[in-house]
Amino acid sequence: MADSTDLPRLTAADLAAKLTAGEVSSVEATQAHLDRIAAVDSRIHSFLHVNTEEALAAAADVDTRRAAGEELAPLAGVPIAVKDVVVTKGQPTTAGSKILQGWIPPYDATLVERLRAAGMPILGKTNMDEFAMGSSTEHSAYGPTRNPWDTDRIPGGSGGGSAAAVAAYEAPLAIGTDTGGSIRQPAAVTGTVGVKPTYGGVSRYGLIALASSLDQAGPCSRTVLDSALLHDVIGGHDPRDSTSLPEVPPSYTEAARKGADGDLAGVRVGVVTQLGGQGYQAGVSAAFAASLEELRAAGAEIVEVSCPSFDAALAAYYLILPSEASSNLAKFDGMRFGLRVEPADGPVTAERVMAATRGAGFGPEVKRRIILGTYALSAGYYDAYYGSAQKVRTLIQRDFAAAFEQADVLVSPTAPSTAFPFGEKVDDPLAMYLNDVATIPANLAGVPGLSLPNGLSDGLPAGFQILAPARADERLYRVGAALEARLDQANGGPLLARAPEIEVKA
Amino acid sequence: MTTLVDYDEAVSRFDPVLGIEVHVELGTATKMFDDAPASFGEQPNTSVTPVSLGLPGALPVVNGKAVEYAIRIGLALNCQIAETCRFARKNYFYPDVPKNFQTSQYDEPIAYEGYLDVELDDGEIFRVEIERAHMEEDAGKNTHVGATGRLQGADYSLVDYNRAGIPLVEIVTKPITGAGERAPEVARAYVSALRDIFRALGVSEARMERGNVRADVNVSLRSSPDAPLGTRTETKNVNSFRSIERAVRYEVSRQAAVLDGGGSVLQETRHFHEEDATTSSGRVKSDAEDYRYFPEPDLVPLAPSREWVAEIRAGLPELPAVRRRRLRQEWGYSEEEMRDVINAGALEVIEATVAAGAGAPAARKWWMGELARTAKERGVELAEVGVTPAQVAALQALVDDGRVNDKLARQVLEGVLAGEGSPEEVVTARGLEVVSDDGPLLQVIDATLADQPDIAEKIRSGNLGPMGVIIGAVMKATRGQADAGRVRELVMERLG
Repeated sequence: MADSTDLPRLTAADLAAKLTAGEVSSVEATQAHLDRIAAVDSRIHSFLHVNTEEALAAAADVDTRRAAGEELAPLAGVPIAVKDVVVTKGQPTTAGSKILQGWIPPYDATLVERLRAAGMPILGKTNMDEFAMGSSTEHSAYGPTRNPWDTDRIPGGSGGGSAAAVAAYEAPLAIGTDTGGSIRQPAAVTGTVGVKPTYGGVSRYGLIALASSLDQAGPCSRTVLDSALLHDVIGGHDPRDSTSLPEVPPSYTEAARKGADGDLAGVRVGVVTQLGGQGYQAGVSAAFAASLEELRAAGAEIVEVSCPSFDAALAAYYLILPSEASSNLAKFDGMRFGLRVEPADGPVTAERVMAATRGAGFGPEVKRRIILGTYALSAGYYDAYYGSAQKVRTLIQRDFAAAFEQADVLVSPTAPSTAFPFGEKVDDPLAMYLNDVATIPANLAGVPGLSLPNGLSDGLPAGFQILAPARADERLYRVGAALEARLDQANGGPLLARAPEIEVKA
Repeated sequence: MTTLVDYDEAVSRFDPVLGIEVHVELGTATKMFDDAPASFGEQPNTSVTPVSLGLPGALPVVNGKAVEYAIRIGLALNCQIAETCRFARKNYFYPDVPKNFQTSQYDEPIAYEGYLDVELDDGEIFRVEIERAHMEEDAGKNTHVGATGRLQGADYSLVDYNRAGIPLVEIVTKPITGAGERAPEVARAYVSALRDIFRALGVSEARMERGNVRADVNVSLRSSPDAPLGTRTETKNVNSFRSIERAVRYEVSRQAAVLDGGGSVLQETRHFHEEDATTSSGRVKSDAEDYRYFPEPDLVPLAPSREWVAEIRAGLPELPAVRRRRLRQEWGYSEEEMRDVINAGALEVIEATVAAGAGAPAARKWWMGELARTAKERGVELAEVGVTPAQVAALQALVDDGRVNDKLARQVLEGVLAGEGSPEEVVTARGLEVVSDDGPLLQVIDATLADQPDIAEKIRSGNLGPMGVIIGAVMKATRGQADAGRVRELVMERLG
């Protein structure tokens, strides 16, 4: 039997193999991760809620079923962390907001049902920017998550909790959601892997909506293969989500295993001119260039592609997102669930309770975006703002379509910079929004994207983004796994192994 | 006190223009966007799911049956059916709207550009142009608890979300012009015709008293049919045919008075008051009301295939106006008789009674006479009066076969209504069959004639005047079971 303190260091695939072989039980594995959380999370703060009892019960159930000889899913018994924007029956779900403090959802998101059905114990709920608005977790109402590489720096956002949990070995896998980069950018700055699937590839039923036309849940992990394994669990059609893709997805695990042989002969890789160069940290650009060389060495053909409309992506995104968010967040009014605040003086009317609740319950970034969106949708402004933004979106989709004529996948740095120190951008929304400049186009077009760690810049990890056409997520896994294999070989192991040890409580 | 202009006076100087918005609740098994039952009269907040409560994370999915019903309505109203259309969010904060937006259709309705030919009281046909019919979801229901029972002065309010998410179709007319003094009647006849169509299509129970069908009536006046449209008011939630007629009438009189006084009509919503048939000011419509419509991103556009639309069209039932014309001809009723039948809600039961073998005149006689009275006494619909069309037909067959006379038939009906069984069973149980064996009857006749020798003599001498006395006495002695015609024949035989 393995030393239980080593269990959290295993990848999900390796842990699954040990579980299948009977070398370790799910209860042991789950307990080992709970112990790790207990040891480091006071420092990292990945979790808003730790689900000890339920996780151990789920683990025990899997162990019983395995002992009885039952056929189990590949990841059965492997524990997982879930971003707090995903509803979990009987477990608190706050979306990082005070307005949902104490709310216990009466139902499970579809993807949570699928995790449970696959026998994956849920360790807890991870921290995030309030309602997924942010790139640093500094907008969480419950305090920020710290980057395991440097606890004075941000872990990215909005899904900083999920990325940090995986990077800090608190969980082998986590669920994130990505509206403009909230899976990929945290993955980049924490040295982990994150995937935003094709829009509609993973059900949104039970995701607390930020921007419905952009939101997509996906896997967070330490390896490309682990993300593929998790993607295979949570993906596929859901009749409860009208925007869910109807077709049966291929095996992403297979694609990742195929890619791991490091051979990309005949694969055309397009470098997007607009997603690099000026505004990108030198170390980030250097790591990117080195990765291109690895791809070329793997046999890939590197081509330059131009997507001119991407220059307008950020502007369009910050009209579409707030517009949809202003409507999606209207339901948080103190009438049916969550926080309810009565006005300090004057009559207690429904309208005044709604106003008081929203005034007290929402943080400044949420209010900023609700006001932006309300304005953009107003009569007389709709065409100029929301209407124009939708046109830009169409142009971006056309740019992608043209680019994918020339290349099988597109690549760029995931984020312009490595993790920045706390406080550096929190009061400068525009600087904060620029973190997502390379990730946003994928959301606007609905195409899938993956980020994997590809080097260090001044001792902090950088991310490499791969984009594929809609419904061709398997290309992300093949190319991602190939690059990962070559980088690991070149670096003598995974990048994350070079992260400093977190001070562990005795 | 609001000044009014006499209605006839008002319409002699102003041309009324109407616009009517009718909401109908569809009778689907589940709600518009989730699988909560779309039922009526349940315990509050039991017909709900995370979707109809608007819980965080919940997503809508379009109810295909509701789409089919909306298309049925669109086709029955001679509308175009959109090849592709979208839902939109209508954003406004109100506690009975769980998401604080209503999912509706805005610039892309499922059906548009239609018309309905409405039959007025005198049989004249008036064409109402339809602008659009679109799908949306209903809101929940607020109950204000306190001394007043209204929002103002309430101690607290309760919300029941059972109704939230029930599918609605809203049908909007183009401006209805040319109705003149008959505007109130046109409004009433239009909504009544819609109600009948909803029922015929099987898309809704369309019960006005339950709010299944709700009408908002827009009224404006202009100086002449050539003048531009005047400012309109919208009287909300007028929920009976009579009220619709009265609301229009009142608004015409009120607006005429405003215009006569040199004032201008305020564009506003108004409330209708049943008790005195007046309307009162609601809220002023202004530009401040901005619903920030935008396409619902949680739902993909709807694209009903042309094949499906053709299939729905082929399956449409005969529409009420066509059916009435056909039945009136088949039954040989006068226009007036037919209207009475329709107004009494007796069309279906008469049709079923005729189908079960009774003649149309007899069927009408039963349902519009004895049974209409009983239904009224019991305060129920004709269909629920306690006797089926098949039983009425069986009863009439007894009459037609001469087994009971009219008087006995009414007693048989009484028995059926009292739950004593089928007409045949009642006849047997109560021993009501007409005596057709002449033997016992002759004994009674002989005895009667013997009792009244002077009358017998008069009849024998050819004076048939007192015949009624003898027949009456015989009928009395047989407790009405004798056939009066046969008694007469036998008396004549006996007295040569």
